[in-house]
Amino acid sequence: MNSRLSAAVHGWLLLMPAMLLLVAFTHWPAVASFIESFSSTPRPRRPSRFVGVANYEQMLADPVFWQSLANNLWFALGTIPLAIGLALLMAIWVNDRIPGRTFARMAYFTPTILPMIAVANIWLFFYTPQYGLLEQVASGLGFASHNWLGSRETALAAVALVAVWKESGFFMIFYLAALQGISPTLAEAAALEGASRWTFFRRVQFPLLMPTTLFVLINAVINAFRTVDHIIVMTRGGPDNATSLLLFYIYQVGFNFWDTSYAAALTVVLLAMLAIAALVQYGWLERKVHYR
Amino acid sequence: MYSILVERVSKTWSGTSAVEDVSFTVKAGDLVVLLGPSGCGKSTTLRLIAGLDTPTSGRIVIAGQDVTELPPAKRGIAMVFQSYALFPHLSVGENILFGLKVRKVPRAERDARLAKTAEMLGLKLLLDRRPSQLSGGQQQRVALARAIVAETSVCLMDEPLSNLDAQLRLEMRREIRALQQRLNMTMIYVTHDQVEAMTMADRVILMRGGRIEQNATPAELYDRPGSAFAARFVGTPPMNVIPAQAVAGRDWALPAFGTHVLGDLSIGIRPEAVRLDPAGVPAEIVAAEYLGADTLIETRLGNAPFVARTAGRIGMKAGDTVHLAWSPGDAHWFDRASERRIA
Ligand SMILES: Nc1ncnc2c1ncn2[C@@H]1O[C@H](COP(=O)(O)OP(=O)(O)O)[C@@H](O)[C@H]1O
Ligand SMILES: [Mg+2]
Repeated sequence: MNSRLSAAVHGWLLLMPAMLLLVAFTHWPAVASFIESFSSTPRPRRPSRFVGVANYEQMLADPVFWQSLANNLWFALGTIPLAIGLALLMAIWVNDRIPGRTFARMAYFTPTILPMIAVANIWLFFYTPQYGLLEQVASGLGFASHNWLGSRETALAAVALVAVWKESGFFMIFYLAALQGISPTLAEAAALEGASRWTFFRRVQFPLLMPTTLFVLINAVINAFRTVDHIIVMTRGGPDNATSLLLFYIYQVGFNFWDTSYAAALTVVLLAMLAIAALVQYGWLERKVHYR
Repeated sequence: MYSILVERVSKTWSGTSAVEDVSFTVKAGDLVVLLGPSGCGKSTTLRLIAGLDTPTSGRIVIAGQDVTELPPAKRGIAMVFQSYALFPHLSVGENILFGLKVRKVPRAERDARLAKTAEMLGLKLLLDRRPSQLSGGQQQRVALARAIVAETSVCLMDEPLSNLDAQLRLEMRREIRALQQRLNMTMIYVTHDQVEAMTMADRVILMRGGRIEQNATPAELYDRPGSAFAARFVGTPPMNVIPAQAVAGRDWALPAFGTHVLGDLSIGIRPEAVRLDPAGVPAEIVAAEYLGADTLIETRLGNAPFVARTAGRIGMKAGDTVHLAWSPGDAHWFDRASERRIA
């Protein structure tokens, strides 16, 4: 009994440093935000006080919140399938024995190791009106000039594309690792039966990759809702809030408008949405993807 | 009438050769075993026949058609892998039907063939399970079923029993042999286990270092091994092959063929051909191993280990001297330098 107790104490002591950091910088801020979301923002002459769900009522009536939410859903819908599909395609390709595959793997992975700020600056140059890369190519081919980031119709798609470019290489690594865990004799057995490359992918590789797809999907959803760096660098939410995503809006409310309580309420909503998404994916999908 | 012809086939992996100038034929309906120690090129030979690898040179013909350049699926073969290669996410039934679905066999025929095969291999109650829910022996049966359901005339197997325990191996090798004969399949079977080879094969192709050492029936391989290597590879315990000087001066033991220099020869005697006889060659016992039905006596003869198998228990221990004898007809003579058989 005594030794079991001391083992437990030991265990907790070992967990303590990491636990302290997590509590101080993750759990407590989340709880604090939750509490703060029910109070008013402190002003020089008006200290913070309990206001109930006033911040949430404000949110329901806030058109910019709704637009940010809609933007974010479109952003997620556009980036997630594209990034995952591309990642899968690249992984399948560089998993095969092709000449120069190490180089290809490295090339695909490079965007991942670049900081998002740097990526944003590279793409800023691509998208620049008049002398940007895209403009030069387009005008070379005789197309009319277009301000990709400056027009409401294309700005969201343009920043979504940057996210896809950055993320698919990262997801590819997971797919590549999973593909290498699939025994090569399965491919040989399928080849003996006359299965085409596509049949083998559809009937064997894709189902066996489902657990990876689930993992990648959850990460992609979370990433889609916490993207902010390249928005700040490239568009600052503009034009006319066309690229304002939820986290960017929270940043704006919190640190440009200094309405910290409203920002806290927005944060709570964002966290709740992510939690529900993760629960749905783990709880519901997980039962369908594991074959063991 | 042959079903498979392998003609002067070689395979080189970036400079080192795995298979060198290998030629043999397999008669329709025969079971031929590729036998040899690990790394001698058995799997490579089989994979070349299957089309999973392409030969560096040479020609492969199956059922009268040159298949050297054809992809595996066009060769009319089925194959059982050592690791079974079952699809882990598919049920047993789906695994067995995979190939038929790929080849778009009509549903009614598919179901009929599945039922027949499952019946034959005793898998009827397991069709809905996943491979991970099966024992090793059951997985092996599924792999076998997948090969049989294809109804190809040629079936290739690469060490199909090596992951099973001894008892199951014994049962499965009988079963595979019975199936092969019943369905009149032409089979090439790879193994490093000489007991499997001797018990199952119509012909054994013994390989060594990428080349064919001997191609013979099991009886020939045992009775007239073509080389000291073949002599040592077949039989439990293996044949004693020792320098011939060890029997110098024993007239009864000397070779009957014409001119020879004892120093250039090796003599081979199977342990089971040795008898204890006061007129024999004296040798000191190193160890005696009592096995029940018989005893293995390990001795040294002319500085080489020499094992004798005698019936029952002998009342002797290490350090004692025994006299070993055999009938001249049981002696095998090999050239010592080339290791080839002389007589
Ligand atoms: N894919 C490969 N690449 C390079 N060398 C190989 C490959 N496959 C087999 N070899 C070599 O060829 C030789 C024969 O191998 P293998 O046919 O697998 O032997 P066995 O099946 O008789 O044990 C070995 O030396 C092995 O290292
Ligand atoms: Mg092998």
